[in-house]
Amino acid sequence: MYYIGLVFEYLKNYMKTRLTYRADFWVEVISDLMTQATNLVFIFVVFGHTDSLGGWSEAEVIFVYGFFMVPYGLFSCFVNLWNFGDRYIVKGEMDRILTRPAYNLFQIFLENVDPPSLIGSLIGVVIMIASGGQLGLEFMWWHIPVMLLFSVSAMLIYSGVYITLTSVSFYSDSPTGIIPLLYNIQNYGRYPVTIYNRFIQVLLTWILPFAFVGVYPASLFLGRTEMFHMAWLTPVMGGVFLAIGVVSWNIGVKRYRGAGS
Amino acid sequence: MRPMLSAYTDFIRIRFLTMLAYRVNYYSGILIYMLNIGVYYFTWQAIYGGKGEIGGFTASQMTTYVAVSWMARAFYFNNLDREIATDIRDGSIAIQFIRPYNYLFVKMMQGFGEGLFRFLLFMIPGMALALLLFPVKLPSDPVAWIGFLVMLFFSFLINSQLNILTGLAAFFVENNDGLMRMKRVVVDLFSGLVIPISLFPGWLSGIMQWLPFQAITYLPGSVFTGRTKGTGILDVFGIQLLWFFGLLLPIYLMWRAARKRLFVQGG
Repeated sequence: MYYIGLVFEYLKNYMKTRLTYRADFWVEVISDLMTQATNLVFIFVVFGHTDSLGGWSEAEVIFVYGFFMVPYGLFSCFVNLWNFGDRYIVKGEMDRILTRPAYNLFQIFLENVDPPSLIGSLIGVVIMIASGGQLGLEFMWWHIPVMLLFSVSAMLIYSGVYITLTSVSFYSDSPTGIIPLLYNIQNYGRYPVTIYNRFIQVLLTWILPFAFVGVYPASLFLGRTEMFHMAWLTPVMGGVFLAIGVVSWNIGVKRYRGAGS
Repeated sequence: MRPMLSAYTDFIRIRFLTMLAYRVNYYSGILIYMLNIGVYYFTWQAIYGGKGEIGGFTASQMTTYVAVSWMARAFYFNNLDREIATDIRDGSIAIQFIRPYNYLFVKMMQGFGEGLFRFLLFMIPGMALALLLFPVKLPSDPVAWIGFLVMLFFSFLINSQLNILTGLAAFFVENNDGLMRMKRVVVDLFSGLVIPISLFPGWLSGIMQWLPFQAITYLPGSVFTGRTKGTGILDVFGIQLLWFFGLLLPIYLMWRAARKRLFVQGG
């Protein structure tokens, strides 16, 4: 209960700061949408030159992209760790967090909550409906609970990976870390992973499991039977990677010494 | 003049040494870039299938193009936009204003120090590894090598100019994170890094020929793959030069406008 109350307090605060900078809100929404649009351009251009990508049609790949946008929107809204190293370690704001009673990671999530990202999730749903219609997919009642389950699990995978990588900033005092370098890799789980060689497939499935934030779970709704067993693994992977993330975070926090100044 | 110049070159040296201290990051960076090249290599293989040529690229030219484009990015990429935005947001830009140097010129020098590090310890070893892993063909013509290296330097200049412009936007919108993210994706797509410009549908590639992004990746990449040869190299280099000088004007105007409207947030 205490934590739910905190969520509302932080959201209230968020609204207040946002209303101070109203123009920013729209700049952010529009630039997020443009970012997603440029990713779609890649798919359109590629399918301008071929009819199938490893046996997947354009509408199927776009459906996968639509699915990806849902957990990605949730992730960017609630788990925004982009500036963690800079803001909390180098500038020492972690001191402030640690003196408070609520769980430190939870406070960091709330301080950086970013509701405009949820618009991306909504657009993802629209894209799935449109491309699903194009494919003649039949809508079933169980699609909704399974979609929710998979979206949340995929979001947890994302969160787990990024929490693990961010907790490296407790050990290294490097200003940027390797997260920006990973930025492109998260995109590759959105394409049929079977076109890659064995090594990359294993990497995207088990080590940086971005295929579970795209092609695997979406395959269930597309009726691609060859990936069904992977689709149902999504919730398991979500649990495992979140656990890895939280454990490595807790170990990392113990090493936090505060900034020198 | 002499001591001033050496003050600027010191910024290059200091940034280079700072980067050297964090070099472990870049060893993992090389592996991650190999992965990027690998993913696009296999994606293009799947797209080519049996096709001989797409958008004027043979499958083998595409492999070389993908590898050299990513390794060029390893060199020209920097975070000047983020650095400038941070300086503006936390107010330390105010101190930069009163120091006896040009802030933007200092940023450019720091970017160059970082670029020098990235060229020697990121791009060259990365390219060597890419040669081992993928069927990449190096150009045999020395003119192509010279043309490519000169153009690569201008890729860095133009990309840094765009970063400076994006960073300075923090003067006008309080939070320009979204803008910086968008710039990164737009540069990757429109520079021809993920898809060569000639593969875009006609109307879109028509628009891109009037934008500065192609000068960052597509034009030097075309020289390296041998699709642009001889005097053609001078033509594409001319486009780069035009953009380099053309972009100085908006930077100057923005910097002038920014100095007038600076207010420091918070404490």
